[in-house]
Amino acid sequence: MHNEQIQEHFNNRNVTEADSNYFMVDIAPYPTDGWGKFKRVVKRSFRGELFVGLWVVLREMIRFNIHTVKYPEEKMPIGPRYRAVHEMKRLWESDTERCIGCGLCEKICISNCIRIDTKLDEDSRKEVTEYSINLGRCIFCGYCAEVCPELAITHGGEYENASDQREQFLIFQDMLTPLEKMKAGTQKEFEGFGAITPHEDERVKKTPLAY
Amino acid sequence: METAYLIETVIKIVAILLIFSALAGIGTYFERKVLAFMQRRLGPVYVGPFGLLQVAADGIKLFTKEDIVPTNVVGRIFKIAPVITAATAFMAAAAIPFLPSFTLFGYEVHPIVADINIGILYILGIMGVGLYGPLLAGMASANKFSLLSAARGAAVFISYEVITGLSLLAPIMMVGSLSLIDFNEYQAGGITDWIVWSQPVAFILFWIAAFAETGRTPFHLIANDHEIIDGFGTEYSGMRWGLFFIGEYANMFFISFVLALIFLGGYGDGSFLGALGLLVKAAFFFFFFLWTRAAWPDVRPDQLMWLCWKVLMPIAVINILVTAIVMM
Repeated sequence: MHNEQIQEHFNNRNVTEADSNYFMVDIAPYPTDGWGKFKRVVKRSFRGELFVGLWVVLREMIRFNIHTVKYPEEKMPIGPRYRAVHEMKRLWESDTERCIGCGLCEKICISNCIRIDTKLDEDSRKEVTEYSINLGRCIFCGYCAEVCPELAITHGGEYENASDQREQFLIFQDMLTPLEKMKAGTQKEFEGFGAITPHEDERVKKTPLAY
Repeated sequence: METAYLIETVIKIVAILLIFSALAGIGTYFERKVLAFMQRRLGPVYVGPFGLLQVAADGIKLFTKEDIVPTNVVGRIFKIAPVITAATAFMAAAAIPFLPSFTLFGYEVHPIVADINIGILYILGIMGVGLYGPLLAGMASANKFSLLSAARGAAVFISYEVITGLSLLAPIMMVGSLSLIDFNEYQAGGITDWIVWSQPVAFILFWIAAFAETGRTPFHLIANDHEIIDGFGTEYSGMRWGLFFIGEYANMFFISFVLALIFLGGYGDGSFLGALGLLVKAAFFFFFFLWTRAAWPDVRPDQLMWLCWKVLMPIAVINILVTAIVMM
């Protein structure tokens, strides 16, 4: 449908209009006398609805189209935008971590589950010394991934984080993409909240350096 | 009494007890599998090959579970009620010929515990006594849901005993005997001799009543999980609950055999093929119990009573009258 049509459709809330999508359900009048009730019973009994039901379930049994996912062995595919346990990405060029220690994720975190501590290293660059996420508090809202200017902290697809205690901390080293994964070139970019949109390269404009 | 006869009878009783107790367990396996397949699920798959050992796992669990007798229940009645259900189910099997007689090591075996001349009356009577299981369990349980279930159970059983009795009266008039073996002999001539052709109405009525007698799904309101929890079984745990279960499934098997014997020719001429035929027919009726559970909704108790007294009973009486007029 075109945009205008959708707009019109949403604006038209007049349920009495003939061409609207609302219609009265066709309910036959209930029988009041004995003979009418008897006729209804006969109709329902001999219309074979019971046998239709029997046939439907038997058909499904013969087709044997099983929909069960045997969970621990098989898993449903999850979307690339799924927001599960966080990941910390590395730069493709140098394999160093993307995180610059700006602390925005800690600031924006609405459940106060991120703690970041930084110091200046010998090159006077900020270095992350402590970074932990309390998964027991995290509500997986995705704000940290959205606010991250470097696309460093993202959500991953690991959703099996059941544990025997409420507090379960994730530290920087656990979240960081392993180096061997970088070497193999299999680090996956997050497509969800805060990620760059597709075809971003075509839309980006050069920084005017003239002035 | 002859010693050989005594030994034979005891062996037959033990065999029936063991086979049908085991079948009750395997029946639950088949029920879960069939229902699962009909609902596009897999059913039990993890315990043993194809989940077959699930039965054993359930059995171990039931046997080793603590036997809890809650406070405020009427202890003795609470304890004896599941035994009544299981015992009456197996007692009813005494008059059912499960196979044609065969010769084993030169000794002729009749696979029926007692061929009494009032076989059908006995089976119906004992199945009627089975009512005391749910009734006493529900009344002794000190639980409102159990009490509701007991009241429903009493109403349903008493009403549908009428249907079973009246619907069977017409075939009994035709055969002139109450023994299931005589019924079988009457239909031994082949498919065309089956009583279902001459008494289709009685067949349908008895089949419907069988669902009420065993408390299976269209009439599952005695232990209707979604409104009265497990009905009379709510307060039970462990093997006492297991006895209810065994009784229910044994009843389903026995009534399947009775249906096949009375209306569908039983084991026919007594050949091997006939014996196989009886098992296949009984298996079909058992499968149908599971099938309807997947396909049909439950009726309300008042609808059940209405169906019994205002529809089925008049039809049964008319059927008897027509049969009598035709026979005259």
